[in-house]
Amino acid sequence: MAKLNMVKALNLALLQEMERDEDVLILGEDVGVDGGVFRVTEDLHRKFGSKRVIDSPLAEAAIIGAGVGMALYGLKPVCEIQFSGFAFQCFHQIENHVARYRMRSQGRFHVPMVIRMPYGGGVRALEHHSESEEQFYAHIPGLKMVIPSAPRNARALLVSAIRDPDPVIFFEHKGLYHAAKEDVPDEIETLPIGRAQVVREGRDLTLIAYGAMVRLAREAADTLAEEDGAECEVIDLLTVAPLDRDTLVASVQKTGRAVIVHEAPRSFGPGAEIATSIMDGAFLSLEAPIARVTSWDVPFPGFAREKGNVPDVARVLSAARATLEF
Amino acid sequence: MAQKTAIFQKSAPAAGIDPKLARALYADMVLIRRFEEKAAEGYALGKIGGFLHLYIGEEAVAVGATSAMRPDDYAIAAYREHGHCLAKGSDPKRVMAELYGRIDGLSKGKGGSMHLFDKSVNFLGGHAIVGAHLPLATGAGFSIKYRGGDQVVACYFGDGAVPEGEFHEAMNLAALWKLPVIFICENNRYAMGTSLERALAETEIWKFGRAYNMPSEAVDGMDVLAIRDVIGQAVARARVDGTPSLIEARTYRFRGHSMRDPAGAVYRTKEEVEREKLRDPIALFRDRALKAGWLSEDDLRSIEKDVADRVDEAVAFADASPEPPIEELLTDIFKES
Ligand SMILES: Cc1ncc(C[n+]2csc(CCOP(=O)(O)OP(=O)(O)O)c2C)c(N)n1
Ligand SMILES: [Mg+2]
Repeated sequence: MAKLNMVKALNLALLQEMERDEDVLILGEDVGVDGGVFRVTEDLHRKFGSKRVIDSPLAEAAIIGAGVGMALYGLKPVCEIQFSGFAFQCFHQIENHVARYRMRSQGRFHVPMVIRMPYGGGVRALEHHSESEEQFYAHIPGLKMVIPSAPRNARALLVSAIRDPDPVIFFEHKGLYHAAKEDVPDEIETLPIGRAQVVREGRDLTLIAYGAMVRLAREAADTLAEEDGAECEVIDLLTVAPLDRDTLVASVQKTGRAVIVHEAPRSFGPGAEIATSIMDGAFLSLEAPIARVTSWDVPFPGFAREKGNVPDVARVLSAARATLEF
Repeated sequence: MAQKTAIFQKSAPAAGIDPKLARALYADMVLIRRFEEKAAEGYALGKIGGFLHLYIGEEAVAVGATSAMRPDDYAIAAYREHGHCLAKGSDPKRVMAELYGRIDGLSKGKGGSMHLFDKSVNFLGGHAIVGAHLPLATGAGFSIKYRGGDQVVACYFGDGAVPEGEFHEAMNLAALWKLPVIFICENNRYAMGTSLERALAETEIWKFGRAYNMPSEAVDGMDVLAIRDVIGQAVARARVDGTPSLIEARTYRFRGHSMRDPAGAVYRTKEEVEREKLRDPIALFRDRALKAGWLSEDDLRSIEKDVADRVDEAVAFADASPEPPIEELLTDIFKES
């Protein structure tokens, strides 16, 4: 057991999986000698050498395309894209190849590959370095979209993603890398992909979040309990796609109210799918319209204006209160 | 280092250099240097957010190239672009305000250091996605040709863009369609922590131009006159019949990749950095201008003083400018009706 931040926890997952399975390798820009922009792959090059921790030139399409080729023959590449904003340079590889090989080959080939990307705002960065773009991947059939919220679940989910026989897009919120330390057990843990967690129980309102927004949801829940006497249930999705509809529906059947929090822009974002899934399964339990707290429908503004864009606790609180009072 | 430097033994021709030009070249290089030193301070003080990529050490490229062009020519750059924007003639006050994220910045403070745009000087912007602005340059070249103009487009990018597919797509298009684009590769030998040798199967970048059938050559990126000369020839070719060129300017960044990266991080040695600093482009030109008698010590001092005043003014301006109001978040998405 050690107290680790998310960077170290992810590093531990990579280290242990590479020790366990020789077919696991790492591919990306500055992941080797340099240890990664955010140091998630630190020291792995020293331990495993250039054969398994591979520095690529700037060539995102080739990183992902080569990763597919490796995976088709049984290797398990963990590719890193330095920031999710650069992934459009390889989006066609992800959409056309990564997601489709199992279907296209009628199951004869599959792509056991992980694509890690730092995402998210609120870190005083600029355009292309602050966006939340999970909706693009969640929308593509054939991809799993995983977003941890803390060191321990990050480590366990990354292990599961590496072992998954299908491709997993793995988003890591930059704001969470150093946000908190948590006890992470030495022995390998996994968490099921496709399963959400109820991280706080309550009967009055369901708050649904993932990634860095989980902290906001929990803080809002604390405040609502103290100031309003309202008990919120907080759900941490952990996997955006495939969506754990059962957990969402069971919660809202109990609470009758839901607020969804995400950093991606509002229109056509994950909130729309989540809300519809709740409607499908818990329509007769609903006592208020489902609310969304999201970024606005604007390209990500620079650090000077991001404050008004990325959801904050105050916005979660006001949406929650409106929903409770409806 | 596998690079040959022998080809640069000969100094650039000094024909046509007069005190006025020497003064302009020196002033522009010193302006960029001083501006960025102040920007680094602003970053350290937390006034500048996001990222800050300094051009320090590479000033001769933008200044030499711009001096060989007309004001109505276009320039487009990557994210290490303060120098190109200032060389193009943007107001340092508005550039600094943009870095500070303030409303009087070139992009209303919403773009930041990597996204400077200035239509008034035909600066088509800074671009943070490596390699992605090269096709834009070909499109700008296309529109010049379409309208029958004789301007050219200077497209600056790093060695890191060369392994990206868009470099090759753009080079081929420009050559195939004969577009007046001058591709200027600022080869500082590193893309973040990855050296040229670890990124490219062919490290003589200018040779890629040959593969696409366009005139191409390498030039000493620390010699402002050499750059001016080579770019001048490329501009002349482009103006006549739209012939594009690839110019590889061999240069070096004295600072880290960004302010978050120490200058001598693990990927290069302190000795290497110190050795390269001996070829500081500003110091080299200073010596040359003194020896040739283009500028006196007094001239140099007065230029430096002027520049320092302008930069201080820019900092004060940026500091006094307000942050963009919250409503600005929702503007400039579509044409406002
Ligand atoms: C498509 C893309 N991939 C990765 C990055 C991250 N990144 C930013 S700058 C950089 C290095 C680029 O080096 P180079 O083009 O040589 O420019 P220099 O920094 O040396 O001026 C990298 C890898 C990016 N901005 N865009
Ligand atoms: Mg470079």
